[in-house]
Amino acid sequence: MTNTIADIEEADVILITGSNTSENHPVISAFVKRAVTRRGAKLIVVDPRRIKMTEFAEHWIRPNLGTDVAWINGMMHVIIKEDLHDKTFVEDRTEKFDEMKAVVEKYTPEHVESITGIPAEKLIEAARLYAQAPAGSIVYCMGITQHTTGTDNVKSLANLAMLCGNLGIRGGGVNPLRGQNNVQGACDLGGLPNVLTGYQAVDNLDAIKKMERAWNVTGLPTKPGLTVTKMVPKAHSGEIKALYIIGENPLVSDPDLNHAKKCLSNLDFLVVQDIFLTETARMADVVLPSKCFAEKDGTFSNTERRVQRVRKAVDSPGLAKDDWKITCEIATRMGYSMSYKDSETIFNELASVTPSYAGISYPRIDHEGLHWPCPTPEHPGTPILHGAQFTRGKGMFHAIEWIAPAEVADDDYPMYLTTGRVLYHYHTGTMTMKTEGLNERVPESFVEITRGDAQGMGIEDGERVTIASRRGEIQARVRISRKAVDGTVFIPFHFAQAAANKLTNAALDPISGIPELKVCAVKLSKGA
Amino acid sequence: MEQTNLMVINGNELPIEPEETILDVARRGHIDIPTLCHLKGTTPTGACRICVVEVKGARTLLPACSTPASPNMVVRTESPDVVSSRKEILRLMLSSGNHNCAVRGRDDSDWTQFQLRVAKDDDSDALCPVWGDCRLQDLAYRYQVTGEGFQGTPARYPMETVNPFIVRDFSRCILCGRCVQACNEVQVNNAISFGYRGAETKIIAAGDRPLKDSDCVFCGECVQVCPVGALVEKDVRYHVRPWETEKVRTTCSYCGVGCQLYLHVRDNRVVKVSGVDEAPNRGSLCVKGRFGFDFIASDQRLTEPLIKENGAFRKATWEEAIDLVADKLKGIRDTHGGDSIGVFTSARITNEENYIAHKFTRAVLKTNNIDHCARL
Ligand code: SF4
Ligand code: SF4
Ligand code: FES
Repeated sequence: MTNTIADIEEADVILITGSNTSENHPVISAFVKRAVTRRGAKLIVVDPRRIKMTEFAEHWIRPNLGTDVAWINGMMHVIIKEDLHDKTFVEDRTEKFDEMKAVVEKYTPEHVESITGIPAEKLIEAARLYAQAPAGSIVYCMGITQHTTGTDNVKSLANLAMLCGNLGIRGGGVNPLRGQNNVQGACDLGGLPNVLTGYQAVDNLDAIKKMERAWNVTGLPTKPGLTVTKMVPKAHSGEIKALYIIGENPLVSDPDLNHAKKCLSNLDFLVVQDIFLTETARMADVVLPSKCFAEKDGTFSNTERRVQRVRKAVDSPGLAKDDWKITCEIATRMGYSMSYKDSETIFNELASVTPSYAGISYPRIDHEGLHWPCPTPEHPGTPILHGAQFTRGKGMFHAIEWIAPAEVADDDYPMYLTTGRVLYHYHTGTMTMKTEGLNERVPESFVEITRGDAQGMGIEDGERVTIASRRGEIQARVRISRKAVDGTVFIPFHFAQAAANKLTNAALDPISGIPELKVCAVKLSKGA
Repeated sequence: MEQTNLMVINGNELPIEPEETILDVARRGHIDIPTLCHLKGTTPTGACRICVVEVKGARTLLPACSTPASPNMVVRTESPDVVSSRKEILRLMLSSGNHNCAVRGRDDSDWTQFQLRVAKDDDSDALCPVWGDCRLQDLAYRYQVTGEGFQGTPARYPMETVNPFIVRDFSRCILCGRCVQACNEVQVNNAISFGYRGAETKIIAAGDRPLKDSDCVFCGECVQVCPVGALVEKDVRYHVRPWETEKVRTTCSYCGVGCQLYLHVRDNRVVKVSGVDEAPNRGSLCVKGRFGFDFIASDQRLTEPLIKENGAFRKATWEEAIDLVADKLKGIRDTHGGDSIGVFTSARITNEENYIAHKFTRAVLKTNNIDHCARL
């Protein structure tokens, strides 16, 4: 997030898109709802489903799946045409405005309506509302990123925020909500194929030199590595021979699961380190038991870039060990000695090689976490990014054309499927499904559909049906719901028994490598 | 007084900030005024009147939580009138329900009968489930009030136990309305409100339905703010007493909000979770963070390294397992190059552990093939 969570409550207008906030980030949704009900902020929800947040919205805008760039360009078209943009901000702080303007020129509300299905007047009203807000906050989640055009979608939202001068101010910003507790930290601390810690590029020779010195090694690789979604197929083709998987369960979370499973079974060697024997761990040659968060010391970085302490509360079961200890032991056994006294020692080392974390230390975050960048021990942290300047100097507009999703509905597969989570479960369910009460609330997978669509197919609420895509099929119970819209069904991806990801499309965003989990074509049939 | 932005509480001159109530000024000045219904950050309701104070020149006692502080105001927070008013309120509250903590007085003639009735309602002969963790009990002790002399009214509404997380014990509800404020103004789930009237008043979900059939999302904010034993976590009620546990502050491991929470630990087991009143969550949690902790002590946890032989796992020692992993990875690296190995690190593990995984991948495996699944 460019801004903080608390900051959302200061916004005058909040635009939520691709985030089922009240189910996936319930505590953040409370900040939004309070802004609306107690401070009179206006909410715009752009989402294909009639999610709970729409009840608090001034406008609910319902785009066809995979048409985000089109409606965002459309809003910018309206804002520029009506001269509502922040000219001082555009002038002083940005570049390439004209290129962007040239592209959005043809995204008239009528043209956008033909792509997205959003009525032209709706789009115009929403555009005006956002543009005229003194402080407008954009909040988004996987509904924006999990598309073949995910990177374009994200850049488009940044365009919109810059156009209206909504960066670097309280109550503004572009605010992605991270789905897992430490996505931010995994990205910050080098868990990406193209960058070292603190987003230092692997081909930045100064950064490489610094790491080599700190680690006392030579010959660190400078060629960017592969993303998860590329490694899996390369396991199939044999280019990847071994995988070391720590705390992840790609055999429920990955797209096109049937294929993913085939890929992993082709590996020469698979090590899985986890707290449970997950679907993925079952395929491993070696399984290493690790500790869970309640048994560890360390830090997590939350979605607002706040580095916060994790503290050990209970002893771990059996022989389970800290993930870092296991990795260090493997390294040492391979001939490179890695050993640390405790997590704080590791933190101090990572802070010394990561400029954005350099000023953070355990004593400083004992009571309250700090927002990176925090370059020095005196620095107060940075709750709001892009205050006086963008990291790269001027903010760059991107001229982006809309591209259709990789798979569209047709005669064979006439419905769209979108996937996501429900309030009572988390990710692949390995944790939440151990709590009886949560299972009682949502015991099994379901397919959410409108009453109209269900009636058209002669399907009753609660009936079991088969859902098929070009890649596989699953069975689930029908749930007729007001949240659904005609032509589109929703299935949560938590459940291994009816894994929605057997259906989803593994087509990738060419830049981020994120698969198109939010759109694919399916058909429903009675009986299971 | 010359300066006009000062008021006097119990003889202390205290500065006033704009829009402060008497309670705000007192709290800043470390003067303790008891409250029950007041809930920080929400609209004051003045429901309980336990916070009444004496304001010079006012005809009646005024509630400190909802009376604006004004310059030159002179306030007494524990005058005889105030104390007797508080005692009366407490007496009424204690006698209005199943408040069977020891402060009720020892040898009142209705004691046994009362206890028997409560024990039957509770289906337990232990004292109140929140004994030692109750604002009403604290205040009854502070003002030395017992329920003596009152017959006590039998519970009007039966307990609700049909949902998996929260027990609603209407017999202990003092109708302070904090849960209603928490649900409507803090979490904005709008699931509960005051229902019925007069002596029949009850906190209800729409249509007086059980929570599980209402808009309730089981965030548990109401449980956390209930000052008495009317709302208690199902698994905590009669199983966990506050003095048996130790609290450890940590960060939630579900979504990316990073809520600060206390793990309440007894005998090496997490038995309850509560929210910490600090950024980013300011005390709030969601159903997963508050109730989804059973996985920690699940008997399905992995406890030993496993090695697959002939298609089946067998238990192994750490030494065996580490040797095998190290030999295999080394072999593959040395024969096929580091780029034939990949590492999936995790959005679930700590920063320190991600750093170690990244260092291992690049420095030991000599590849940049490291990523995590969080974008999925
Ligand atoms: S658990 Fe949350 S949603 Fe349910 S009644 Fe209590 S405050 Fe409201
Ligand atoms: S349930 Fe608790 S918080 Fe709600 S009105 Fe009753 S006593 Fe107050
Ligand atoms: S605390 Fe002031 S009226 Fe209840």
